[in-house]
Amino acid sequence: MLLAIDTSAGTSVAVVEGDLVLAERSTEDTMRHAEVIGEMIAAVLDEAGVDPSRLDEVVAGMGPGPFTGLRVGIAAARAFALGIGRPLTPAVSHDAVALDEWSAGTRGPLLVVTDARRRELYWSSYDLGSDAVSRTDGPGLCRPDELPYPDVERIDATQVSAGALGRAALIRRAAGLPVEYTEPLYLRSPDVTVPGARKRVTR
Amino acid sequence: MTREPVVLGIETSCDETGIGIVRGRTLLANVISSSMDEHARYGGVVPEVAARAHLEAINPALEAAFAEAGIGFAELDAIAVTSGPGLSGALMVGVGAAKALAVATGKPLYAVNHLVGHVGADVLDAEPLEYPTVALLVSGGHTSLLVVRDLVGDVELLGETIDDAAGEAFDKVARILGLPYPGGPQIDRAAVGGDPTAIRFPRGLMLPKDLERHRYDFSFSGLKTAVARWVEKAQDAGEEVPVADVAASFREAVVDVLLTKAFRACADLGIPRLLLGGGVVANARVREAAAERAAAQGVQLRIPPLALCTDNGAMIAALGAQLVAAGHRPSGLGFGADSTLPVTEIQVDELAAPA
Repeated sequence: MLLAIDTSAGTSVAVVEGDLVLAERSTEDTMRHAEVIGEMIAAVLDEAGVDPSRLDEVVAGMGPGPFTGLRVGIAAARAFALGIGRPLTPAVSHDAVALDEWSAGTRGPLLVVTDARRRELYWSSYDLGSDAVSRTDGPGLCRPDELPYPDVERIDATQVSAGALGRAALIRRAAGLPVEYTEPLYLRSPDVTVPGARKRVTR
Repeated sequence: MTREPVVLGIETSCDETGIGIVRGRTLLANVISSSMDEHARYGGVVPEVAARAHLEAINPALEAAFAEAGIGFAELDAIAVTSGPGLSGALMVGVGAAKALAVATGKPLYAVNHLVGHVGADVLDAEPLEYPTVALLVSGGHTSLLVVRDLVGDVELLGETIDDAAGEAFDKVARILGLPYPGGPQIDRAAVGGDPTAIRFPRGLMLPKDLERHRYDFSFSGLKTAVARWVEKAQDAGEEVPVADVAASFREAVVDVLLTKAFRACADLGIPRLLLGGGVVANARVREAAAERAAAQGVQLRIPPLALCTDNGAMIAALGAQLVAAGHRPSGLGFGADSTLPVTEIQVDELAAPA
């Protein structure tokens, strides 16, 4: 049984056991990650009737996602894992969107797109096969007119389900695939420039 | 509570990831991971760089603090975290981690004020605070003069900077003199052998007309510009800039304004106690001049050890422990990062008493 947390878009928290989502809370609000994260974790544990000590691991959505919000979920997931003395499993947030589509019956190639702010988009491409989902490219960052795979069916997600994220992490492990990214997928350097020569105050 | 509360403190308001553990007024661990070196090439703290560094540092710092204290989560009575003031993105890392840790361990959570935490640092391994006391908190982000009547119940803001923080002025003047970041220790080093009376730099908000409206407020922006003008004038005249004299004179102007206003507050309010906190207190001249004036004015001066003056988690833990000991209820889980949290809000979102 695991706790999954994703703040790459809005905030989503879930308790997952195998392929079952026992409880899930989500909000698309992209401005209040730090405010809602604690209450949402407490709420899903309460709804699932699970004491933290019964969890085997914590799954964290590593993005891609805009940095300020993304960090809240990763910090929370890492701290929660430390608090219960269980391992943290990082997962790619877009995998959750692809798995949700697959579960809803979509098959074939799929491009998952999320908002990266500053007029840019995050993308990952998938192949939704008859019995498995595989990421074929990405995650990447680009301007809207530079999105790859223009002929592929595209889904613009405003929410990443923590329930699906937890399930995706377990499916990935069962398939013998390794954890890929242990650090946040900002895909963008801090917006900062080294100062040039100091400007004079006198003319 | 019959025994002293064991409290974990988490501080991420600027560029220091601070994790501290205290038992009442006893310091058990104080682990600080600073991203200062990463900011040096930019000449100041870059919020996004600081926030990224917090996320990388926070779990290792937590583990190091528990190892240092020789205890585990089970022994904690509470967790305290800085809710503000500070850099939003940086604060959110600590807030997110603290909330998750509180739920994971079932420990009550106290969301507290960073500036009051600086005052709280002074109760560690020391005599309890005597009230009321004036407190001067000076760092790269803050320059605040407070009167503390009760650490957990009554803190009033007398004044603060209306532009640059004092530490910021040190950084900017260091840059004018071609010295690296952070400016405080650089100016200190450059000032050795310099004459603090060589150049009479302006003292901000000290004129009689200013004292009416800004008796306890500070301004360092004009001082920084005055130093720049002075240096440029010397350079334009083809003279060699007397770096030691400029550094010593600038520092003297800052110290003079800070201490004149702080000791004036003590005199005005009839409070013979002054507490210093914040990173700028690491400046030797600040401490030396404060000690001289305290002796002359009959004011009892308190300065925490340097490791507790700069931003740290132990001070947040100490404030949390004082709140627990005073019977305050924990905070709810719904608070956020508040970059402009007023100093009067010692604890954020305290839960209502059960009906």
